[in-house]
Amino acid sequence: MAVSDSKTAVGSRALESLALRFVLLTLVCFSMMLADHRDNHLSRVRQALSIIVYPIQLAVDFPFSAYAWLRDSTEDRTNLAAENRRLDQALTEAEFRLQQFEALSVENARLRELLDATSSLDDRRLVAEVLSVDLDPYRQRFVLNRGVDDGVFVGQAILDRHGVVGQVVSVAQWTSEAVLITDADHALPVVVNRNGLRTIAVGTGDQGRLRLPYLTNTADVEVGDLLVSSGLGEVFPSGYPVARVLELQSRPGQAFADVIAEPVSALDRDQEVMLLFSDIEAHVNAVDIAELR
Amino acid sequence: MSRGAQSNVFAISSLILALALSVVPVPQGIALFKPDWVAVLLIYWTITQPFRFGLFTAFAMGLALDVLTGDLLGQNTLALITVVFLSLRFHLRIRAFPVSQIVGSVIVMLALYQFILFWIDGVAGRSVSPLARIGPVVSGAIFILIALVTRDTGERNTRTRIEA
Repeated sequence: MAVSDSKTAVGSRALESLALRFVLLTLVCFSMMLADHRDNHLSRVRQALSIIVYPIQLAVDFPFSAYAWLRDSTEDRTNLAAENRRLDQALTEAEFRLQQFEALSVENARLRELLDATSSLDDRRLVAEVLSVDLDPYRQRFVLNRGVDDGVFVGQAILDRHGVVGQVVSVAQWTSEAVLITDADHALPVVVNRNGLRTIAVGTGDQGRLRLPYLTNTADVEVGDLLVSSGLGEVFPSGYPVARVLELQSRPGQAFADVIAEPVSALDRDQEVMLLFSDIEAHVNAVDIAELR
Repeated sequence: MSRGAQSNVFAISSLILALALSVVPVPQGIALFKPDWVAVLLIYWTITQPFRFGLFTAFAMGLALDVLTGDLLGQNTLALITVVFLSLRFHLRIRAFPVSQIVGSVIVMLALYQFILFWIDGVAGRSVSPLARIGPVVSGAIFILIALVTRDTGERNTRTRIEA
């Protein structure tokens, strides 16, 4: 080994070149961050690099999905029968409610025609699986197993069977990254379903908590009120359930009340979510996304 | 030669494992103390074997980490090359330290790593969580301590081999 040589002879030269390389790479880093932060100039680069790290994501997800598969395939027969019965009941109930839905949607369309307003109730959907990959314990973000190849786009709304889950923030070739509505950097426009009061639901960084910071002390909101998406942000289509008001505290002397809501979707337990394709994708507001990143 | 190649494979696969470990989902309570595996491992390798990995490895690992975690492209990279630069620059001095001081300097480097991430988050206008930054530094230092202590005998052997 030439360890002792390099200490004396090449010493200062090696140090200089080390410092030089460090400065150069630092400059590269800063320019990359700048380009990435402003207008997402590097989405192509990110996409290409994501192909390289895809195997790592798959490898991390593998034990979890293998365990789920194993659990499914060794499920007890009695459990399966019980689950089958339960699902059957749920399906019957859902179909029963769907009967009314058909009539209501036709009626709704007719009324909207009378009002000369557009309506979009049937959106195309794509089922995606959540990969068991933990991005950052302090952010509510997750990775989906659908990417550019499946037509996923930035700003796409994500739902589960209970309600709104989040939106896509970056798309790779075969995966995409999504942010939950409870992420501290996320906000979405909602209306109180009972009376149509518009407000904004802001994430808290705590899964299972949303804040409604812009409701006045006298606003007509009650505990248990359902909040649905208003469609004003042009990311989430209107009318999907978002959260239920959990706590309500009016603060005399302050401009706004303290309102906490609980998301209706099973944010931390979701294995499968739905990506929504609707006509709003044409004019997704670039500003919204830039602010979100 | 084949022995060198073998240990190269070991070192590289340890880095890939570190990448995977940094995105493995863990329970909330433990997540606060999840070490920055890549940073910890790169510091360890550069201190113990400074001629194996350099700044470019750190750069590549940082980019992979950025893409993997969805951070700004260059955020983890900058933090990693800074830390690796420091540990490369001072590896001779650090190696001469007693274990307690090695761990101390590793704590400084890991704290710097977290600070750079924190600082860029702040500049980029993303939400920051200052208190949560302490956990990884502590657990990373503990990991280094364990690695150094368990390696101590092996280290002595290689030293005598180099000197001989």
